[in-house]
Amino acid sequence: MRVNFVLSEVATGLRRNVTMTVAMILTTAISLGLMGTGLLIAGMISDMKEIYYDKVQVSIFLADGVTEEQRASVEGQLVQLQDEGEVKAFLYESKEQAYERFQEQFSQQPDLVQNTPPDALPESFRVELVNPERYDVIAAEFPDGVDGVDQVRDEGDFLDRLFSLLNGARNATIAVAVVQALAALLLISNTIQLAAFNRRNETNIMRLVGASRWYTQLPFILEAALAGLIGALLAIGGLVLTKLLFVDKALAGPIKAGIIPPVDWAEIAFISPIIAAAGVGLAATAAYVTLRLYVRL
Amino acid sequence: MIELQHVTKLYPASARPALDDVSTEIDKGEFVFLIGSSGSGKSTFLRLLLKEDDPTTGTVVVNGKTLHTMSKWAVPKLRRTMGCVFQDFRLLRNRTVEQNVAFALEVINKPQRTIKRVVPEVLEMVGLEGKAGRLPGELSGGEQQRVAIARAFVNRPLVLLADEPTGNLDPETSEGIMLLLERINRTGTTVIMATHDYHIVDSMRRRVIELNGGVITRDQSRGVYGVGR
Ligand SMILES: Nc1ncnc2c1ncn2[C@@H]1O[C@H](COP(=O)(O)OP(=O)(O)O)[C@@H](O)[C@H]1O
Ligand SMILES: [Mg+2]
Repeated sequence: MRVNFVLSEVATGLRRNVTMTVAMILTTAISLGLMGTGLLIAGMISDMKEIYYDKVQVSIFLADGVTEEQRASVEGQLVQLQDEGEVKAFLYESKEQAYERFQEQFSQQPDLVQNTPPDALPESFRVELVNPERYDVIAAEFPDGVDGVDQVRDEGDFLDRLFSLLNGARNATIAVAVVQALAALLLISNTIQLAAFNRRNETNIMRLVGASRWYTQLPFILEAALAGLIGALLAIGGLVLTKLLFVDKALAGPIKAGIIPPVDWAEIAFISPIIAAAGVGLAATAAYVTLRLYVRL
Repeated sequence: MIELQHVTKLYPASARPALDDVSTEIDKGEFVFLIGSSGSGKSTFLRLLLKEDDPTTGTVVVNGKTLHTMSKWAVPKLRRTMGCVFQDFRLLRNRTVEQNVAFALEVINKPQRTIKRVVPEVLEMVGLEGKAGRLPGELSGGEQQRVAIARAFVNRPLVLLADEPTGNLDPETSEGIMLLLERINRTGTTVIMATHDYHIVDSMRRRVIELNGGVITRDQSRGVYGVGR
């Protein structure tokens, strides 16, 4: 295969219709960027699940005026539930411990910490269930406002809502990515048809002198693949910028507090080859199919 | 070497076949004129030999190979044994004479060494050795057709197909082109030339196959264009 010939054909092809090429690259980049974002959100969701679901599933907040006996009775009931196999583990958190954890979590927001008196946070039992779905059992055992219990809260329920929100965000991102990908594929197909039309004299002669089909098609396929690669590089660049300028800056607080997991370079490094392969693969396939369907070579 | 058996070609859009039950044989090394008025099926005849199109019914055999049973991957190999020349030259405007001829070899992966050797040889043969660096736009019509012939012949094909190669040229220039085609024929290459230029046909006295509405109405060795003309 004559590399020089093929490459110069590719370069000429890309230069000859700059507008189409730019449009093709940009749509590809947007589509791939959104796809990458979707993958990052998916990764984030599974990280967060690990962070949260591992921890407490039910919190039993005690009332302000709780007595020593009431506290001991709650603990006794929990021990019994543990024996019955409902509760896996539980721990007690005093007002002071709650405040310390609060200070740590919101160390990025000193104002908030300063304006919260140390005794504002309630003491609580944090309970891990054997089966997180069995929240109702606990809630029935400790009615709100009775015997020193202020409120029983299912943290899992909150998490479920949070995750369904995040899953929705991921799905929406991927849906837009798919629509964009469709637009990108149509543009690629169009560009290749135009390129084939521009080069019809060359390809007609190639056909008549017996150039192989592969040799005739390769410049077009490479042209599309190159555009796909450039689009993928732009998309990866976009993800890097999003991390540096948005995630690392605007979300620095919650990340430090452990509320949102950080986006690691390792994750971007992991999805970059996927994006590049998707860009090159889809563009080359679209070009090949276009040539088969619409262009006589 | 070339054989058509009961070949009929019916284009989808037309009611009348472009070729109608055509059978003939052409031997290796022959020089054949394919004559007939416009629309009589000459170009269709040549296209079928190149497998640019398949006959509706009938069999075309080239170099011992039956074309309609040939896989499409084998078609490029078939075409490497055939050269084609057209009325409109079909040169690449942005490449020089030399590059136009080299193009035909480059795209079938001939080594650069071979290309460097054979391109000047063939340009000398067609009488363009001094104009290798010119663009097609800087040549006369006759010279452009010589470039096209050089390109068709540079890979030493077994068959040269020429579809009205003198259609755009004046009689004197045409004569030069005919001398060149004769010379190529003398190297053993079969030449099949479609034309309706009766001066040329009459002066050459070669085999003539006449088509009329897609039917062979005459096949005569050492023929002339029109009987009683
Ligand atoms: N691609 C095509 N589609 C439909 N009809 C065609 C096509 N090519 C040629 N024809 C018809 O076939 C007949 C023979 O055409 P052609 O072989 O080009 O004749 P010639 O070369 O002798 O002028 C004509 O009637 C022409 O209109
Ligand atoms: Mg014709």
